[in-house]
Amino acid sequence: MSADLLYSDTEDALRESVRALLAATCPSERVTEAYDGDTSVASDAWRAVSDAMELAGLGIDESLGGGGATSREVAVVMEELGRVVAPIPFLTSSVIATRVLVSCGAGDLVRTLVDGSAVAVLTVPLTTMDLGDLTLPTVAGGLVTGRVHAVAGCELATLMIVPALDGTVLTLQAIEPQSGSTSVTMRSSFDMTRPVADVGFTAAPATELARGADAESAVRAGLLAGGAMLASEQVGLAEWCLESTVAYTKQRNQFGRPIGSFQALKHRMARLWIAVNSARAAARNAAVLVDAGGDEAAVAVGLAQAYCSDVAVLAAEECVQLHGGIGMTWEHPAHLYLKRAKADQVALGTAAHHRAVLAEGLTPT
Amino acid sequence: MSDARPAIDLAREFIESWDPATPREESLRARYDAGLAWVARPAGLGGLGCAPEDQRAVEAAFTAAGFPDNNALANGIGLGMAAPTIFAVGTDEQKERLLRPLWTGEEIWCQLFSEPGAGSDLANVATRAVRTGDGWVVNGQKVWTSNAHNAVYALLLARTDPDLPKHSGLTYFALDMRDPGVEVRPLRQITGEAEFNEVFLTDVVIPDTDRLGDVNNGWLVAMTTLANERVSIGNSDAEVEQTMVDVVERTWRSAPESTRERTRDRFMSLWVDAKVADLAAARMKQQLEAGKPGPEGSALKVTFARLAQELSGLEIELLGADGLGYGDWEMVRPTIVEFTGRDAGYRYLRAKGNSIEGGTSEILLNIIAEKVLGLPPEHRPDKGMAWKDSPR
Repeated sequence: MSADLLYSDTEDALRESVRALLAATCPSERVTEAYDGDTSVASDAWRAVSDAMELAGLGIDESLGGGGATSREVAVVMEELGRVVAPIPFLTSSVIATRVLVSCGAGDLVRTLVDGSAVAVLTVPLTTMDLGDLTLPTVAGGLVTGRVHAVAGCELATLMIVPALDGTVLTLQAIEPQSGSTSVTMRSSFDMTRPVADVGFTAAPATELARGADAESAVRAGLLAGGAMLASEQVGLAEWCLESTVAYTKQRNQFGRPIGSFQALKHRMARLWIAVNSARAAARNAAVLVDAGGDEAAVAVGLAQAYCSDVAVLAAEECVQLHGGIGMTWEHPAHLYLKRAKADQVALGTAAHHRAVLAEGLTPT
Repeated sequence: MSDARPAIDLAREFIESWDPATPREESLRARYDAGLAWVARPAGLGGLGCAPEDQRAVEAAFTAAGFPDNNALANGIGLGMAAPTIFAVGTDEQKERLLRPLWTGEEIWCQLFSEPGAGSDLANVATRAVRTGDGWVVNGQKVWTSNAHNAVYALLLARTDPDLPKHSGLTYFALDMRDPGVEVRPLRQITGEAEFNEVFLTDVVIPDTDRLGDVNNGWLVAMTTLANERVSIGNSDAEVEQTMVDVVERTWRSAPESTRERTRDRFMSLWVDAKVADLAAARMKQQLEAGKPGPEGSALKVTFARLAQELSGLEIELLGADGLGYGDWEMVRPTIVEFTGRDAGYRYLRAKGNSIEGGTSEILLNIIAEKVLGLPPEHRPDKGMAWKDSPR
């Protein structure tokens, strides 16, 4: 029954090189500057990781110039990005938008994403789990009009993939945001390492990528891949929080002994370790099954999202609490993790939303 | 490791030359003598020294041919704990004498470890074994002994030197339960059943030839036994929980309560936790198979205990009035704990033991914190102190 949930030697090697690269390009003090209005944090980091290693194209098929990695390999990169709260649009461009474009058969556009010089974004609110009852922009005569709130991954975007209604038919429209008919208003965001923007289109010239069932399945594929990879980001984030908390409580002394020797704290960390390991199994399962698509993939991703997002928040909250006063400071990076974890919790559907959808699958037909 | 062929070939030869209707004991003894009992064990002791994986094919061949099995479930402690311990530390004479009847099920084993004063702190056992000539005389009280009323032998942990620190003064024995000084009393649980016993030992005589391992080295031997126990309890809990989430899922579907959003979300949270726990268990098995054993066994036991408790508790609520019944409070003495087919009330009560038996969840969390995360150990005031001087 079970997928291979371990890491292969190739994946371990990939992890090692990505970790070294991110240590150099995303130190926490630099990432923190994203909160003080430094808009170059994301672009510098994106350029650095793109130049050193074609991360953006890792999951793109080799026939389109990419690295041809499977989702389980890309998931390892996501874990590492989560471990440093990397302020780069990898999830939104290299995972979600890439998967949507591939599904639309837009190979030429996918090819431009490989070296990171182009950045794409699917313009839906970050909270989107399915298009459901979202109010979408409309398209008429090749021109798109409408507004979308809380879109992540816009800050460097050179290509917007816009779900827009042509009458009652869903279409996907490609728009280059540089044109004057598109406005991107960056919001002061809870998680400034993955900031959200309000996007407006006023008769913006667009190229249609897909319509009807093709458009629907492309969006679904993109969000499903996004959910699977987000779970791995959450695992990496939680793992860092646990490791740093364990390290801190071993060396912090109060009452003449390391605080990590108090059972009240040890049990909290041991429980967190159990939760992180379980989250890892769930995230690996989703990463292995997502590429095949279908019901099995949907359940695996739903399960991973219903589990991992709360574990990441718990890990970040425990990290802040067990660090005591230092955990509340701007200087200590714990807050970067807390903010990302909390934003991740509502990204691509809350745990409760995923549970509700999973419950529908259990209802007898 | 030799390849799989000899084991399965020998099994086929055996099956062809023996009548499956041969009396049970005779058939099992012959199978042991042919090395087809536990094929990975050494030749002459029921095995052929081949790879552990070969066991499955051999087992399947015997079952398919209609041969009796050794009713492994009835002798879980013998096969799961006593045998690995005897293989690890037993003398040649002990292996020769004890292992065959153990494997055939003619001699059931139990375990005399826990005491009223030694639960989580197992090294605190107070049962004394005093040297007399070529043997030992044992006095003390043991508790939580499954199968003591059926057992012919017990694994005994007893104190042989109270002047040494607690871990150092223990010795490990095989105790003959037929000794007149052994008194077994059923210990009734909150379920009404008595799976366990109290065992009172009064001037029980053990020949020195039944000592397992060196004098005062009993703690290390006990650790061998317990490592096997935790693996087996972790696995059986996983099976229990897997059945339980399916049972509760059926109840949830048909319960009027399940339409309430709050109830649905509560059940779904447990459902998600249970499915993720299964994945974590699958991942642990893969790690073991890849030769990278991890400490996840302890973690899984904590998780499965909580899930069995919460799932069965929710089920009683979902059942409403039907949840108010209870099968039977009669004090039966089951050999095997079986959750399947039992009502939610029984499972709810029995599951309370899941976080206590085989290491409490609190102790397992300590183990994870100290052995995995490397956090500083608990303060232990009796460390290094002569056992007789430590506060009790």
